[in-house]
Amino acid sequence: MSTLEIKDLHASVTTDAGAKEILRGVDLTVRAGETHAIMGPNGSGKSTLAYAIAGHPKYEITGGEVLLDGENVLEMTVDERARAGLFLAMQYPVEVPGVSMANFLRSAATAVRGEAPKLRTWVKEVKGAMDDLEIDQAFAERSVNEGFSGGEKKRHEVLQLSLLKPKVAILDETDSGLDVDALRVVSEGVNRYKAAGDVGVLLITHYTRILKHITPDFVHVFAGGKVVESGGAELADELETNGYVKFTGAAAAAS
Amino acid sequence: MSSSQTTGTQASAENVAVAAEGKYGQGGVPPSGAMERFLSYDVEAFEVPGGREENWRFTPMKRLRGLHDGTAAFDGTAVIDVAAGDGSADGVTVESVGRDDERIGKGGIPADRVAAQAWSAFREATVVTLDGTPEPVTITLNGPGTGATAVAHLQIRTTPHAEATVVVEGRGSGALADNIEFVVADGSKLTVVVTEEWADDAVHVSGQHIALGRDATIVATSVAFGGDLVRVSPTVNYTAPGGSAELFGLGFADAGQHLEQRLLVDHSTPNCSSNVLYKNALQGEEGVTDAHTVWIGDVLIRAAAEQTETFEFNRNLVLTAHARADSVPNLEIETGEIAGAGHASATGRFDDEQLFYLQSRGIPEDVARRLVVRGFFGEILARIPVAELRERLEAAVEAELAVTGV
Repeated sequence: MSTLEIKDLHASVTTDAGAKEILRGVDLTVRAGETHAIMGPNGSGKSTLAYAIAGHPKYEITGGEVLLDGENVLEMTVDERARAGLFLAMQYPVEVPGVSMANFLRSAATAVRGEAPKLRTWVKEVKGAMDDLEIDQAFAERSVNEGFSGGEKKRHEVLQLSLLKPKVAILDETDSGLDVDALRVVSEGVNRYKAAGDVGVLLITHYTRILKHITPDFVHVFAGGKVVESGGAELADELETNGYVKFTGAAAAAS
Repeated sequence: MSSSQTTGTQASAENVAVAAEGKYGQGGVPPSGAMERFLSYDVEAFEVPGGREENWRFTPMKRLRGLHDGTAAFDGTAVIDVAAGDGSADGVTVESVGRDDERIGKGGIPADRVAAQAWSAFREATVVTLDGTPEPVTITLNGPGTGATAVAHLQIRTTPHAEATVVVEGRGSGALADNIEFVVADGSKLTVVVTEEWADDAVHVSGQHIALGRDATIVATSVAFGGDLVRVSPTVNYTAPGGSAELFGLGFADAGQHLEQRLLVDHSTPNCSSNVLYKNALQGEEGVTDAHTVWIGDVLIRAAAEQTETFEFNRNLVLTAHARADSVPNLEIETGEIAGAGHASATGRFDDEQLFYLQSRGIPEDVARRLVVRGFFGEILARIPVAELRERLEAAVEAELAVTGV
């Protein structure tokens, strides 16, 4: 049973005009078996939350803590966090020229599992995972994300999710830029990952459409750098109808 | 009036002929391109370059130890060792010959003052002749030692239909100006790897002159790791139709290092091909002169060179700050009757985002960096013909990465 606890998290980014606080006291707990959706308007700090947890060097943590099964995540390097069981599916996956997808996946699996996967079973495992996500095998020999379409990149993020099997997965706008078919394929991938293990999912999204495929247990409204309201799946329906206006107003008044 | 004084609009094959008189330098008309390059065996035919000339503008002249301006004493000796030199190896003949040997100069003619200086000053040349299908030959080019300067001359030649592999390893200290001729006979194939594995103080300025006979092939790989300043200028001349040149390069410049590669592929006869792929990685350091690579890729397709097929590509990977990669591809075409011609250049940075991405998948930082560099150099290293050499160079790449501890 894994638990990701985010307690009063503050983070800022350095700009030309000095440090700018983006996260202003985030409190959230994701337990194994739960799917949490974080929804919020653009600029509310949702993506910053994802990157801050993963350890992106651009963001400085100025207060609070993040614990994975009681371990202080913020004291770990980026790769240690991943090996501890955190995974961030990125909104904009990075291109790494010269490194083949096959080599990358194997290196990542070796690092996360603590030993190189046996070649014979590994090839089968990767092929099966690619088939599940309707990814052509030819992608294995292409450079990581290089020249991939938006949809192809997202499928490969979920491919990594399925192979690395983290304890907690954070999906940052994995639905953005996907057509209807790709959205279905990607959502099914996330659901398979969820069903296969006792894992937690933190789904960050701007729109409610992915929630038709992935059913959240909890929905949180994010505004002004923190969670301003939490509820069940029905909260997403309310947001669909009324938008974020009510919450952005509240956040502005509170800050 | 010598051909060096012609202007860029009068490009013709005659202009490449030896011009023994007249000087090309600050006072002359700068050539618009490589079509009218001035060539001479005589050092005095070249003006002393000041550093602003087109073919010297990237080179840190102060670090040339006087190889370019007549102040080098040439007080040292660069010993050339040939591993198969005891005469016992089948198909390998090693000779030490005088300047008057009729074979000397068949590879090409110097195109800059340092190459001409080396040509004017050498007393004996080493000629290695490869016949049939000999075992790979390793030739070591030894620097003259710390503080010393030297010239050297080496010619590697094949007999018709021979198939041979040669490794030329540059090692040691000091400053060396040399010319290396590759004379590839009709129907033969020469695979050559030239490595620059100099000590940190070394300066090496090398003119490589490649002459391809009818249906002859050269596959040349240049590997540059060591030295303070390394400037290698390979020129490919096709003496008859059907020649093929594949030129690969791998360079790794550390803080303070200057690695310069200046290629000219001169398509002057029909039905020849060339393929150029050079890759450099750079890593600098704060407070030290920038790591610097320079790649000049000139390809000429003269009017007579119909059905030429050529492609050249330079890629540079900048691993850290304090590094600079210059890349100048140049293609000049005088005939429309070609099979294909293209060139490309790309310089990219191994940036924080890539590192973050790889690390976010659990891959430790040092492994991530190695992944990227190994992937980058992989297609060059895969072409190194001798397994032990390939493994040694792979290890050298890893060692380079360990230098900065990143």
